[in-house]
Amino acid sequence: MEVSAYQGAITGAYIIASILFILSLGGLSHQESARRGNVFGMAGMAIAIVATAFHESIESYVYILIPMLLGGAVGAWRASRVQMTQMPELVALLHSFVGLAAVLVGFSSYLGSEGLYSGAEKVVHEVEIYLGILIGAVTFTGSVIAFGKLNGFITSKPMMFPGRHLVNLAGLLICIWYGHDFIRAADIPHGMTALVIMTVIALLFGVHMVMAIGGADMPVVISMLNSYSGWAAAATGFMLSNDLLIVTGALVGSSGAILSYIMCRAMNRKFVSVIMGGFGGQTASSGGGQADHQGTAVEISQDECGASLNNIRSLVIVPGYGMAVAHAQHAVYELTRRLREKGVNVRFAIHPVAGRMPGHMNVLLAEARVPYDIVLEMDEIQEDLPATDMVMVIGANDIVNPSAIEDPEGPIAGMPVIEAWNAREVIVLKRSMASGYAGIENPLFFKPNTKMLFGDARDSIEGLIAHLI
Amino acid sequence: MIVGIPKEIVANEKRVSCTPDEVRRIKGLGYDMLIESGAGLSAGFADSEYADAGAEVGLDAASLWDRSDIVCKIRPPEMHPEMGCHESTLIRESRTLISVYEPALREEMTAQVAGTGGTVVALDAIPRISRAQKMDVLSSMANIAGYRAVLEAGNHFGRFFAGQITAAGKIAPAKVLVIGAGVAGLSAIGTAVSLGAIVRAFDTRPEVKDQIESMNAEFLDLDFEEQGEGSGGYAKVMSKAFIEAEMALFAEQARDVDIIITTALIPGKPAPKLITAEMVRSMRPGSVIVDLAAQQGGNCELTVPDEVVHDHDVTIIGYSDLTSRMAHQASVLFAANIYHLLSDLTPEKDGNLVLDVDDDVVRGSTVVKGGEILWPPPPIETSAAPPKSTPVPSESQPVVEAAPQNRAVSTLVGMGVAGILLIAMGSVAPASFMMHFTVFVLACFVGWQVIWNVTPALHTPLMSVTNAISGIILIGAMLQIDASSQLAVWLAVIAVTIASINVAGGFLVTQRMLKMFRKE
Repeated sequence: MEVSAYQGAITGAYIIASILFILSLGGLSHQESARRGNVFGMAGMAIAIVATAFHESIESYVYILIPMLLGGAVGAWRASRVQMTQMPELVALLHSFVGLAAVLVGFSSYLGSEGLYSGAEKVVHEVEIYLGILIGAVTFTGSVIAFGKLNGFITSKPMMFPGRHLVNLAGLLICIWYGHDFIRAADIPHGMTALVIMTVIALLFGVHMVMAIGGADMPVVISMLNSYSGWAAAATGFMLSNDLLIVTGALVGSSGAILSYIMCRAMNRKFVSVIMGGFGGQTASSGGGQADHQGTAVEISQDECGASLNNIRSLVIVPGYGMAVAHAQHAVYELTRRLREKGVNVRFAIHPVAGRMPGHMNVLLAEARVPYDIVLEMDEIQEDLPATDMVMVIGANDIVNPSAIEDPEGPIAGMPVIEAWNAREVIVLKRSMASGYAGIENPLFFKPNTKMLFGDARDSIEGLIAHLI
Repeated sequence: MIVGIPKEIVANEKRVSCTPDEVRRIKGLGYDMLIESGAGLSAGFADSEYADAGAEVGLDAASLWDRSDIVCKIRPPEMHPEMGCHESTLIRESRTLISVYEPALREEMTAQVAGTGGTVVALDAIPRISRAQKMDVLSSMANIAGYRAVLEAGNHFGRFFAGQITAAGKIAPAKVLVIGAGVAGLSAIGTAVSLGAIVRAFDTRPEVKDQIESMNAEFLDLDFEEQGEGSGGYAKVMSKAFIEAEMALFAEQARDVDIIITTALIPGKPAPKLITAEMVRSMRPGSVIVDLAAQQGGNCELTVPDEVVHDHDVTIIGYSDLTSRMAHQASVLFAANIYHLLSDLTPEKDGNLVLDVDDDVVRGSTVVKGGEILWPPPPIETSAAPPKSTPVPSESQPVVEAAPQNRAVSTLVGMGVAGILLIAMGSVAPASFMMHFTVFVLACFVGWQVIWNVTPALHTPLMSVTNAISGIILIGAMLQIDASSQLAVWLAVIAVTIASINVAGGFLVTQRMLKMFRKE
């Protein structure tokens, strides 16, 4: 490739953009600096786009501007309308776009590469295209299925085909076989056949992989797809010899990888076993049996619960996905505000996998104007629970399940959980006695200091507020 | 079946085993209820309240016993002054007595009841496991006794509990020592703390330290290696050396504190003598000792059961009827325990009592069933200490020890393999690729370092912002916009569109979210 007058300046701008992206992610380490971080990200993106526009190979600005404005408008519209409870869906959808773009850029790059490379460079370039499209395609369909599962279009239960590991293995072998074919192809039309076949297999693989993963593992899946979307961008960077894409893709890729790791650790599960899928279905019966006959859960009425709320000095609220489903976060804030006015020490305990994506609960509580300094992580609040008058569990189940500690044979043994039962009194707000996504009994409900307040979480909390004096 | 509630016959016993509220709930289990005339009067429950709740009232003791299938009372069977016979003789075939029974002291009576085919469920023999706490009358009553003990002490103590600074001068807070942090002890600690006293507590079981400290009391540590945890959450008899160290501690504390509340009991043994006459004499004039172990002989040498004695200007209270002195509250809790027990024993909610001896709780508490003596039950090994501490570490420890070594080895192997692969790749790949690869690896490391610092509360904004910046693929699409192939151009146009959605959508939604996070 010949070097133009602008090339040096563009590279310089890319370095600035890379640094701004790193600062942007670094800014998220604290709430105070997070907004500035986001601005850095925007600035980095603007610089990158403008610099690229000066690239000597670009002449058809109309082809760039119009779709960019169109896409930008759609993005801005979605971003301003989305409800905070739907964040996981939006994020999944955005992942799928990155995957799709990577596939398209890959194809486009291959079609336009006629006669540009030769020898080892050609082989490397084609391997990059092949990998870029593969990762992009898996990300695309995987994210679309994740979106569907989060949205309820597709059942969140794991769907498993017999011999699915064999099917996956066969798919992988076929991809390798055609990869070999692709690199040896004499011209572009021949190569395209192999490329299209591989793309179809990769698309199917993405569907298959996420279909087999259950609802409770969604935080891992979302983080993993986040990571894949980064790797897809990085692969595109290799294919186009563009360092900015490589850097950004690597940043995003490692970010997603770390999130996946944190989520897996929070569920005490191996990453591989999550990806293999199947949690929340069959495994349920094996360990739950012992807990079945723990006794009866004691129900409490809104009146009684409201009365005890008037007598407490400290309350810890443990929210879960049920709070998001019931859109109860605003009612929860109102309850929090009223109790705090009475001098009650109200705090929130957030489990890393509460909700459907990392940090889901924090965003919902922030939306409801709950100040973040009373929203604590599991490890920060665990020690305080024994001295707490009441723990209120709102629509959470597995993350407060004592069998993680008490039943070493159980399916969630060893998972770190919020030890709600150590508090003097536990109130569980729940729609029914149904078990959580892990499909196992929760002995917490049968503990002597636990009372169940059945009903829609929002209605229940609004009822409780009415009982406050 | 018919549940009968008699009036308690022991002198000065003011409690009653069922309240009107629980009458309603027990009727909900399918039982009919009979209440002896005036049974709840001394606890503040009139016959009319029972009648309103749906019970049949106005019966004398004889017809109550005669008609009831199940009789619930508080005190163990005694000679009945009005009927002129011993209550135990009334537990005949197909009749069940549910009461405190102290089976270890009543083997003769048990044999006699068995002879007539009766059934006895001893409330005090219900195993102290988590599931049975809701029917544990000993805990309920101990809670009340602990509370009342502090009030009795306050009644005889001529000073405030809480320290105050008044216009007239400064008043020091009272110092309270609680010995034995069982249910009664913890209740006493809580009450004394809430009255503003400085509370210290001692127990032979070191694991209750956290509970004591969680109630804002000070745990008196004995620098001595011996675990006092016996079976069933009770203390056990300690070694001689331990007791000596303990006594030295009490002697030292006695000179300092104003009020001592003792609750030390070991099941089946006379109460240990912890406060000697000498210690009492060393206490400040006006001090008070409340001995909750009075009935079992007392923790203090000078205690006289059921009486208040004064010695060297120290008041020693030996009441054994503290719960009866709060008859209303005690009856409410006792009745709730009875309801929970009946509820467990009535699985079909059809008013039929089922004693399933495969159930640990039923097995433990049933002394005689239909003439068959089931006492003593086989032991169930549970402890009030958290059970998790024992099984989990013992199983995971070997694994933990082995892991670091394995991990180190596998890390080394992994690094070695990666290194060889990198060198092999570098020797065949073009130089330009290796340059890009360098950038890639470094960026991965930078990302790894930076992301670990992200606070978990911001993980969702992190994902949306990474969504936005992975829209950087936009510039890849831009670079393809003037490709030689028409199809390639159109693919690039679509890619620009969707990548723009990501960029705009990702950044804006992140901004929207971050604006919501606010601090007080």
